[in-house]
Amino acid sequence: MTMPAAIERRTSPADTLRRVVRDNTWALGLLGFFAVLLVFTKFVNPNYGLSSLQGTATSVLPLALAAVAQAVIVLSGGIDLSISSQMALVSCVAATLMQRYPGEEVAVAIVILCLALGLLLGAINGVLIVLTKVPDIVVTLATYFIWAGFALLVQAAPGGAAAAWLKSLVVGSLGVSFLPKAGIVLVVIVAVIWIPLARSRLGLSLYAIGSNRLAAFRSGVAVNRTKVMSYVIGSFIAAFAGLSLTASTSVGTPVPEPTYVLISIAAVVLGGVSLAGGVGGVFGPIVAVIVLQLIRDDMTFMRVDPNYGLVAQGLILIGVLMVGSFIQMRRSRA
Amino acid sequence: VTAATGAVGGRNWGQAATWRNLLRDYPLVPLTILLVLLVVVVELARPGTVNQGWASFTVRQAAVLAILAGCQTLTMLTGGIDLSVGYVASMSGFVVATWVNQPGGWVAGLGVAMGAAALVGLVNGIGVGIFRVHPLIVTLGMGLVVLGFANVWQLQTVQTGSGVPVEIRTVGVGLTADIIPNNLIVFVPIAIAIILLLRRTGYGRVLYAIGDNPVAARLSGVRSWQVVVVLYVISALLAAVAGLLQTGLSNAASVTLVTPYVLPSVAAAVIGGTSILGGRGGYSGTIIGALILTVLTGFLSIVLPEPWRQVVLGSIVVLVAAAYSRVTAES
Repeated sequence: MTMPAAIERRTSPADTLRRVVRDNTWALGLLGFFAVLLVFTKFVNPNYGLSSLQGTATSVLPLALAAVAQAVIVLSGGIDLSISSQMALVSCVAATLMQRYPGEEVAVAIVILCLALGLLLGAINGVLIVLTKVPDIVVTLATYFIWAGFALLVQAAPGGAAAAWLKSLVVGSLGVSFLPKAGIVLVVIVAVIWIPLARSRLGLSLYAIGSNRLAAFRSGVAVNRTKVMSYVIGSFIAAFAGLSLTASTSVGTPVPEPTYVLISIAAVVLGGVSLAGGVGGVFGPIVAVIVLQLIRDDMTFMRVDPNYGLVAQGLILIGVLMVGSFIQMRRSRA
Repeated sequence: VTAATGAVGGRNWGQAATWRNLLRDYPLVPLTILLVLLVVVVELARPGTVNQGWASFTVRQAAVLAILAGCQTLTMLTGGIDLSVGYVASMSGFVVATWVNQPGGWVAGLGVAMGAAALVGLVNGIGVGIFRVHPLIVTLGMGLVVLGFANVWQLQTVQTGSGVPVEIRTVGVGLTADIIPNNLIVFVPIAIAIILLLRRTGYGRVLYAIGDNPVAARLSGVRSWQVVVVLYVISALLAAVAGLLQTGLSNAASVTLVTPYVLPSVAAAVIGGTSILGGRGGYSGTIIGALILTVLTGFLSIVLPEPWRQVVLGSIVVLVAAAYSRVTAES
């Protein structure tokens, strides 16, 4: 225990700050953009206040969790196209069971069951990828169909119910009005899962296999087991995303929303996670999801045809990446 | 195929390795066997299903899927993918159908649709080829852009009304001599062109080279970015043609008409033996892959409820892809 302390003492706070800034340039830039966007939002819609912030937080929660799930998988060198149908399946199972077995206490068991289902889906994805040696994108494309099929089997049409305590978790604010509950839920979930993970041996292994599989293997990382774990953790978080869908809409929707996959990948990349793996964290993607949502909200306030919002999201996604890639190319050439 | 069967004669058919090599070198043979088996199963399960009407219906639907899968085959050969095809195809059909009451009629609409598709392909190509952004992201992003613009166009043309032009309908759904689907007039030349492009032209070989080893291709003097920009323009134009055929086939125009075929188009290319990692595959396999998927989907929609259909379809994609990866890994 004394060793880390000794190392810590040698670096001054200024050094640490510089290192943090250097490591998180992209995320900090994004945060700056977010701040500018908030000011802009207040400018186009003077009524944008704390209650609107809660609305934004509630609608962002499933997307933000999906982005975190995708981030864990992408930085381990994978990609999961099946996230949206996993969310649909979990949300349908939760809504159906909660309708059939009403009761606030039973709902706790149902939530635990749904999270376990998330673990199972992730394990199947991961094991299939490792065993068949088929590229992640093909396997998860196929399981996208499979989970969506099961979701339809559970529920033929949108329906079901959600327990009152689950709904109250994500809607509204906690005590003081500027703390949206959905935001707190997001922070708690990420803090409980991601922060210990990133500091653990497993977290390091995830980055290692994402960064250089062969080097990780030669350094003694159990590559296949770590790969499966990345999908298990990702799908576990996606299960939270599915539950938050049920909580915020009170129903389960069996047809997966394909834009969730698109936006989760977009947010991951905008959030500074390299699609090649090994680089980034979950903080950037969360900010990116909020930025994307805020842009859409702003366009609604400005009475722009919401379809241009779609256009803007696509163009921002491509534009930012082109600029980012261009800067990187210039830097590597210099 | 005839050359293939001649070349594999005189081998020891009892050995698993022979079959493995066959699957690796001539994927068309096992794929065709699979297709025939599938048709036999369909006929056995529901006697009387396989008839003229069934065949022409299957071929018409498979032709559309095969063109979309052609976009995936070409881009996957270079290690890319084109997920904007669904939106581009829907947009093209929709624009043509809504242009019937605009100046110039649907022919002018056709020009606009092709121009728009080429523009989308150009942006895709610039993003992937010059700025080296991941193709998944660029094409997804452009897909959103196309969908957004198509929606705006939809709102503006609500009053003017729309209708699928008779000519598009004739090509899309019509039959010549009650047997031959008219859309083969469009599909066959495209298929021949793609196969010749990949087998006989320098451009085609360069696509394989880039997918196989981009660095080696660059060091050999290939200007990758030019190849890639042209590639994505071709892909978008193919998607636009597929959209027109589908619009004629279903006699409906919508901004999301073709989007359900995007994932199957990737699946068809994968089943046909094209590797998503690049450098391996071809279009003839993809065509058989599209036929297999169409027969299978049609069959499953008769015998199984929709949810199970998706489960079975997904499982088959994993199984086939796993078989390929096993075969190519142990070579």
